[in-house]
Amino acid sequence: MHKLFLFIVSLHITIFSFSQDMTALIMKVKTKLDQVNDYEADGKMKTDVAFIKAPVGKVKVFYKKPNKFRLKKDGGISLLPKGGVSVNMNSIFTTSDFVALAAGDAVVGGVKTKVVKLLPSNENSDIVLTTMYIDETNLLVRKAITTTKENGTYEIEMSYGQFAQYGLPDKVVFAFNTKDYKLPKGITLEFDDNEKQLTDAEKLKNKKGRVEITYTNYIINRGINDSVFK
Amino acid sequence: MWTLIQIELFKIFRRPRTYIAFAAITGLIGIIQFGLKLDGDSYVDFMMRDITSSITVEGKILNGYQVCYIVLQVLLVHVPLLIALVAADMISGEANMGTLRIMLTKPISRTRFLLAKFMATIAYTLLLLVWLAVLALFLNMILFGTDDLFLLKSQYVVLLKKDDIFWRYLWAFGFAALAMTTVASLGFLFSLFAENSIGPIVATMSVIIFFTILSTLNIPVFNKIKPFLFTTHMIGWKEFFDIKVNDANEAIVGSIQNPQKIINSAVVLVIHIIGFFTASVLIFKKKDVLS
Repeated sequence: MHKLFLFIVSLHITIFSFSQDMTALIMKVKTKLDQVNDYEADGKMKTDVAFIKAPVGKVKVFYKKPNKFRLKKDGGISLLPKGGVSVNMNSIFTTSDFVALAAGDAVVGGVKTKVVKLLPSNENSDIVLTTMYIDETNLLVRKAITTTKENGTYEIEMSYGQFAQYGLPDKVVFAFNTKDYKLPKGITLEFDDNEKQLTDAEKLKNKKGRVEITYTNYIINRGINDSVFK
Repeated sequence: MWTLIQIELFKIFRRPRTYIAFAAITGLIGIIQFGLKLDGDSYVDFMMRDITSSITVEGKILNGYQVCYIVLQVLLVHVPLLIALVAADMISGEANMGTLRIMLTKPISRTRFLLAKFMATIAYTLLLLVWLAVLALFLNMILFGTDDLFLLKSQYVVLLKKDDIFWRYLWAFGFAALAMTTVASLGFLFSLFAENSIGPIVATMSVIIFFTILSTLNIPVFNKIKPFLFTTHMIGWKEFFDIKVNDANEAIVGSIQNPQKIINSAVVLVIHIIGFFTASVLIFKKKDVLS
């Protein structure tokens, strides 16, 4: 009985101490990201969804602390995953009220990372769980999988380059689930009968969508007017 | 020949019936423009309801190019009926008034006479399409502005860049001219068989409605005959608004998904025009105009 008690106490201490360690790591990453009060970035956006035929478009991305984020296409119409693109690293870290749990190590894009599970303490938060793959050496989030209440699960993978010192990526890939799309031919007035029958593998692949943003330039901490986000 | 065509055009544009089509197109487009200007956002919300569950679409969806596409989609099914009003009256109208006999007493071959009437019918058809283009494309560009074009197809959606659209409309109107000329040829052929205009006009409209319904029905047993119906090929203009994608699923600006399909449809329509007109000439040469 005494041994069992000691085991439970030591297990609790171990878990608690792990949790503390991960919070410290998260706070270090947050401090790095906190250098950026606002940024404006130019980029190219590619939408890869099975039922969307869209050309690559130029976009402008605006961010301002604590969680203002706006993606604007340089004129024209933009197609974005519902609620997904606004989930950027800076906005994830705005919540300080979370529990960080260690979940092992993993390699992302050839870089060894720590896997951290972030659980928001606030029950009203739209984010249910975020799994982060953090490059401990450079304090960079290489990948994040976020499960939300309203908009499903998103995977965000980031590649870093010249703005790594600010924790800002050169390339972001959002992967998200899509729903089936089909309209009756009577509505679209299509008379032909060349509907392609999809295999199960193709159907599964079609349920995944990707939006890829490659940033070409960042303007950091120059101040951004709030009207941009309206 | 040019004089003959001028005479025929003069006759066409002296008839009040000719202007019914122009007035109908003006009225219909006006109503669509008024409705979309007033409550276009609700229409867009309704249109987008299937896609917005997983994708957020931002931007000015209801722009001039979009309105033009909506107008063409609605009107190009019905414009053939308006063309029939004039095309199916070309010979039967003359027969009804008794002027056919008088005209054929002139030293002109029946083929030249028929060709002049046919050319005048095509000129009327093209003028109607030009009017449609002015109202549906240019006026909408002024009223609603221009932007990217977002189109919903049955299995996918297409996003065309603003500067990759206008040329597609020019080709689409060109193709529509071919489709409408096919209808005009059919009406023209039917006009040989009657002594009054009502019969050929109703017959032309009936054929178009019947074939269009067959083309629209997605019942497997009808799918085999669809390629042989000219109404199936008349909507080939829509192919100009489908774009190719590369292996990375990026749309290739300036491309057309299936140009061969457009060519095939155009060939089918041209064959119909030639066939209808040749049949008209052969029948008219042997027609008894003395009755």
